[in-house]
Amino acid sequence: MDRLVVTNLTKRYEKGKFALNRVSLTVPSSNGIFALIGRNGAGKTTLVRILATQLSPTSGSAHINGIDVVKEPEKLREIIACVPQEARAINWTTPKQFVYAYLLWRGYSFKEAAKRAVDSLKRLGIGGYMDTASRKLSGGTKRKVLVATVISSEAKIIFLDEPTTGLDPLSRNELWEKLAELKKDHFIFLTTHYLEEAEKLADRIAILENGKIMAQGTLDDLRKMVKYPYSITVLSQHKVQKPKNGEMIIGVDGHSQILTTEREAKEIARKLVGKGVKFSMNPISLDDIFYHIVRKPVEEEGNYDEEEWA
Amino acid sequence: MKRSGLSQFTASILANSVYALGNYPAMMVSMFLSPFSILIVTFFVSNGALLPVAITGGMIMVMTYSGMSLQTDLAHLKNDFRVQDMVVSSPLSAGMYLFGMAVSELVYAIPAIAVLGALAALYVHTSILGYVTLIAVFLAMFSFSTCLGFFISTFTTDIMESWAYTGIISTILSALPPVYYPITYIPMQFRIIAYLSPATYAAEIAQNAIGFLPLTQAELATNWLVLIIISVVIGYVAIKKSRWRE
Repeated sequence: MDRLVVTNLTKRYEKGKFALNRVSLTVPSSNGIFALIGRNGAGKTTLVRILATQLSPTSGSAHINGIDVVKEPEKLREIIACVPQEARAINWTTPKQFVYAYLLWRGYSFKEAAKRAVDSLKRLGIGGYMDTASRKLSGGTKRKVLVATVISSEAKIIFLDEPTTGLDPLSRNELWEKLAELKKDHFIFLTTHYLEEAEKLADRIAILENGKIMAQGTLDDLRKMVKYPYSITVLSQHKVQKPKNGEMIIGVDGHSQILTTEREAKEIARKLVGKGVKFSMNPISLDDIFYHIVRKPVEEEGNYDEEEWA
Repeated sequence: MKRSGLSQFTASILANSVYALGNYPAMMVSMFLSPFSILIVTFFVSNGALLPVAITGGMIMVMTYSGMSLQTDLAHLKNDFRVQDMVVSSPLSAGMYLFGMAVSELVYAIPAIAVLGALAALYVHTSILGYVTLIAVFLAMFSFSTCLGFFISTFTTDIMESWAYTGIISTILSALPPVYYPITYIPMQFRIIAYLSPATYAAEIAQNAIGFLPLTQAELATNWLVLIIISVVIGYVAIKKSRWRE
């Protein structure tokens, strides 16, 4: 049985706008991290809220561990836990009190809840803060408290909606380390717009754009969707020409990005070095794949410069 | 896994009141002050004659404020901390969450209830049936206001909006109705406005129970009927129309 099966899931709000438009997803039965990436407003939170039984879809179906998300929410809630986007531990509680209250809400006995709360906070490496008022904690520690909260229960399917947004790089890395550890015994459905996060943590990835799934699979599967294995990013405002074999994208900052073959990448690199243009060259990353999928290449928009390389 | 209803009930009380009071004890004073300030004014203005009425009125207002406080607290937890979404995605029913949260509001009201109870023991003299009637009225107002508070909280998107609703409803439930004095003090042409509030029916029943306001059996039955119907309707709306799962 697959872990997650979403079929033609659609959410249309009152004014007719589609938040999700016939979304279909399949995630095999295994622990690990499934990352849903997409821009702000792509529909990530709507999908999480539907799967976490907080929101009803307009049409379509979704099953988690074979349980119907729409028709059997009570049954599903026994095995899931969710950290919503922008969630915070209640200001006037300590982390221990917050996790304890959450476990009591889930119906644990007082004794079991107290034990699990302490164990969970220690597992996230924040045992030293368990009696500090939540309002006094750093942003990174606050997020860890929320993760500790949901993993403290028996739920093995965890939804984390943009858990690292707004964190400094160090705090983000610390949380990534914890998530990488937690995925061994949990299935984590993670949304993010940090592509690096998905690349580092996720076993499977889906790209959501304007309410539609544009691609899904392992990182290798997604790499295969892009014809060209190398990426060159021109770091200055220097205008470059479209490659013979490849695609070029002009970023919002005016920098050019070229996806091309290994041979042509080397050739372009040699010319750029000759002109003293700063650039980077790498095998394609999730960033490149994402831009390739959600943004039209320059060729299709007819917006590239005709200047010769040399 | 066998889940404990007692734990689920207690969680709301801990999270919403016990832990909060540990940090902000002024909240208990706030709940205490509102009914007492009006009670004292009523006492002075009436030279003490309306003290029993004001005591029962104060108790009605404590119950009503509890419901209105529930509205803002639920909205605060839902919109500012996203706790309601975490709770929705867990094996906890909306009813159990609401029940625990409603009782948590009474924790804030403990000092007010204790002092009003002590004053009632000294100055409100009625039969056992009268005391039972008073308790029933208080519970009806508490039930009505908590259901209304829960219903509104599921629709509000910001604490500012919640405060606005609290202001509107508090006016309807406390400023308009003759809770601290008998309705006969209101000129006849304006009484219709007072009867728009369920608190008026509750106050009339309470004032009748302590022997202050004579009512015919038909008037008493009508008051109970209106109070029960309003409470049931609001309870039904809260259960059926609240946006627990959107």
